[in-house]
Amino acid sequence: MNRILFKKQLAEEIFELKVEAPLIASERKPGQFVMIQLDTDFGERVPLTIADGDPEEGSITLVVQAVGKTTHHIADLETGDVVENIVGPLGTPTHIEKLGTVVCVGGGVGVAPLHPIAKALKEIGNEVIVIIGARSRELIIFEEEMKAIADELIICTDDGSYGMKSLVTGPLEEVCRRDPQPAMAVAIGPPIMMKFCAETTRPFEVPTVVSLNTIMVDGTGMCGGCRVTVGGETRFVCVDGPEFDGHLVDFDNMMQRLGAYKPMEEEAHEQCHLDKEIEELKEK
Amino acid sequence: MSHPDNTQLVEDAKRQLDEIVAREDPLKPKDRLAIPFQEIPSQTPEERIANMDEVALGYTPEQARVESLRCFDCKKAPCVDGCPVRLDIPGFLRAAGEGDFREAIDIIKRNSLLPAVCGRVCPQETQCQLHCTVGKSLKDVNKSVSIGRVERFVADWEAEQAEQDLPEVKPETGRKVAVVGSGPAGVTVAADVRREGHAVTLFEAFHKPGGVLMYGIPEFRMPKRIVQREIDTLRTMGVTVETNFVVGRTRKLSDLIEKDGFDAVFVGTGAGLPKFMRIEGENLVGVFSANEFLTRANLMRAYDRKNADTPISNARKVAVLGGGNVAMDAARTAVRLGAEEVHLVYRRTEVEMPARVEEVGHAKEEGVIFHILENAKRVVGDEQGRVQAMECLKYELGEPDDSGRRRPVAIPDSEFMMPVDTVIVAIGNDSNPLIKQTTPEIETNRWGNIVVNENGKTSMDRVYAGGDIVLGAATVILAMGEGRRAAASINELLASE
Repeated sequence: MNRILFKKQLAEEIFELKVEAPLIASERKPGQFVMIQLDTDFGERVPLTIADGDPEEGSITLVVQAVGKTTHHIADLETGDVVENIVGPLGTPTHIEKLGTVVCVGGGVGVAPLHPIAKALKEIGNEVIVIIGARSRELIIFEEEMKAIADELIICTDDGSYGMKSLVTGPLEEVCRRDPQPAMAVAIGPPIMMKFCAETTRPFEVPTVVSLNTIMVDGTGMCGGCRVTVGGETRFVCVDGPEFDGHLVDFDNMMQRLGAYKPMEEEAHEQCHLDKEIEELKEK
Repeated sequence: MSHPDNTQLVEDAKRQLDEIVAREDPLKPKDRLAIPFQEIPSQTPEERIANMDEVALGYTPEQARVESLRCFDCKKAPCVDGCPVRLDIPGFLRAAGEGDFREAIDIIKRNSLLPAVCGRVCPQETQCQLHCTVGKSLKDVNKSVSIGRVERFVADWEAEQAEQDLPEVKPETGRKVAVVGSGPAGVTVAADVRREGHAVTLFEAFHKPGGVLMYGIPEFRMPKRIVQREIDTLRTMGVTVETNFVVGRTRKLSDLIEKDGFDAVFVGTGAGLPKFMRIEGENLVGVFSANEFLTRANLMRAYDRKNADTPISNARKVAVLGGGNVAMDAARTAVRLGAEEVHLVYRRTEVEMPARVEEVGHAKEEGVIFHILENAKRVVGDEQGRVQAMECLKYELGEPDDSGRRRPVAIPDSEFMMPVDTVIVAIGNDSNPLIKQTTPEIETNRWGNIVVNENGKTSMDRVYAGGDIVLGAATVILAMGEGRRAAASINELLASE
């Protein structure tokens, strides 16, 4: 039952986990997510995008960045541990179509959910350009996996420690200027990155899909905590999304809503680190 | 409002019962009418706003007997017509009046599977008790026989007995039925179908079964141990419960029949998509659907701030929009979470409020401030996008609308500001789109509700539906009634093959 089969650290506070979940593995499609809860009585439910799935092995791959208490505890799980509750696959799958050239932009941990989408776009016959960005070299993930499928892979870091010294919007703009223009852009990463990717492609009128990861309780349409304003309408990320037209999303409102529990989240995460340090001191 | 003294209530009932039992001649209607109405012992408002425990503590055996003896046992029994599942109300009251609680609960269980639930959450004053001859004779519906409270008492009494009376399960038939959703409708179908000896799997999307009884209705009104007991009973009967399973996503509905070998499916997924007001500022930080607020507090136990990982906002000044039970639940939960001011804003008057009278009364006792004939116009935020105030409009009642209720009409230029940091929207739910999105072959109406025939059958072969996904937002007892009907159809289908 939802046993961890494999675990790998990808970067500081970023971990890849392969979890046994046969039903989800056979049904999941690119773009979908799961909700995870570690303790049935008191645990929090958090949404995590599925990075990969293996129906034969009956496993799904998740990439987790420890940002709060729950993600911190997920990152602490080891091979053989059991996740009490996983539900999914949730959300509407990505619309995969042969369009010509497609540019896929991934920022930070967002590269993980971008990978199956880029792969599916490639498999259906698109030329796929992948742009990966992170603050610095240590935070670049899934480089090999992306290299295997991309027709062109561009890597950039904020500090120039690897690849181009640039934000992802730099190469994205350059790609948009090419002739022919890309038929579509897909951007997944921190909200601020997706916002600026959408702003970059807007003047070129390149349709831009973004995948949103908002606060959710149930993930099935019931709580409305995930709602975002898209083209002036309220939409639910869990059932109407998670992917939307990036040119219509009100990112400022979304970022404000994402920050609703930030102080509590940070405090809880801080406590996790303190607890760990205390444990380590005790052992010594 | 003075709060009755619990000890006094209990002592009075003992004395009253002794007097009745000591009588030599049988009770005449005149005598029954003279028996005092039994108030239910409750936590005082001061006590209960500081905890999450159930408000009403329940009758003592003596109180249940005295209250039951108020029933005329009239021939017409109009109360039965008022009950969606047609409980033999005079029958169980007669048994309870004699102190034969086993007989009373057995009579109820012939028609109802969830008496401990219905006794607590049914809107009795608009159903059975509305028609009660005793209430009519006293010219006060609030003095009708407290059918719901006696029902609750005998259900709780049974739960305390060493010997549980498990429903009989017929020998295995080898047939399989999937029940999607473990709320009131699903639980009812699971029990009724299992009794016929069919294998039943109950699928639940959440990590805990119980549906709205678990995530929506707060502990102080619907203790979770009671929901747990109903689920445990199903398990003991041999029902398999699969949590974390979203039919439509984890497995397609059609696959359940075509690949997984289920002979029939019941869909009872509820009305799960919260409605919003479609006003300016509704997506500001601090605006919640009642579903979200209540799910955080109940299912995720966020009220237990020390142990629960799920956060809940530190609401200080709260406005709740709506006048139904969910609005009362949200307002009273906010009170218990420590809000300084809780305002309930409703655009009609108290008479039109759909909430149970008891919940309205409890909310007022707990300090919820009622604003009738007012409604939100927009929500105003600060620079960080957090709720700062709600602009409201005053209303008056105009001509009756199609539903016969007088239509609320906004009074021009009556805007005013209500300073709040939290707005909870409790104006109802739309049907959850998941089944519709993932099962294009199932027929739905323009509101997304699943269309069924008089047997609860959908447009899909072997697929039945009931509860809020069919009715739109309704009540536990109606969901149960729908479930019983669909279960009967499923049992009939399987028996005919």
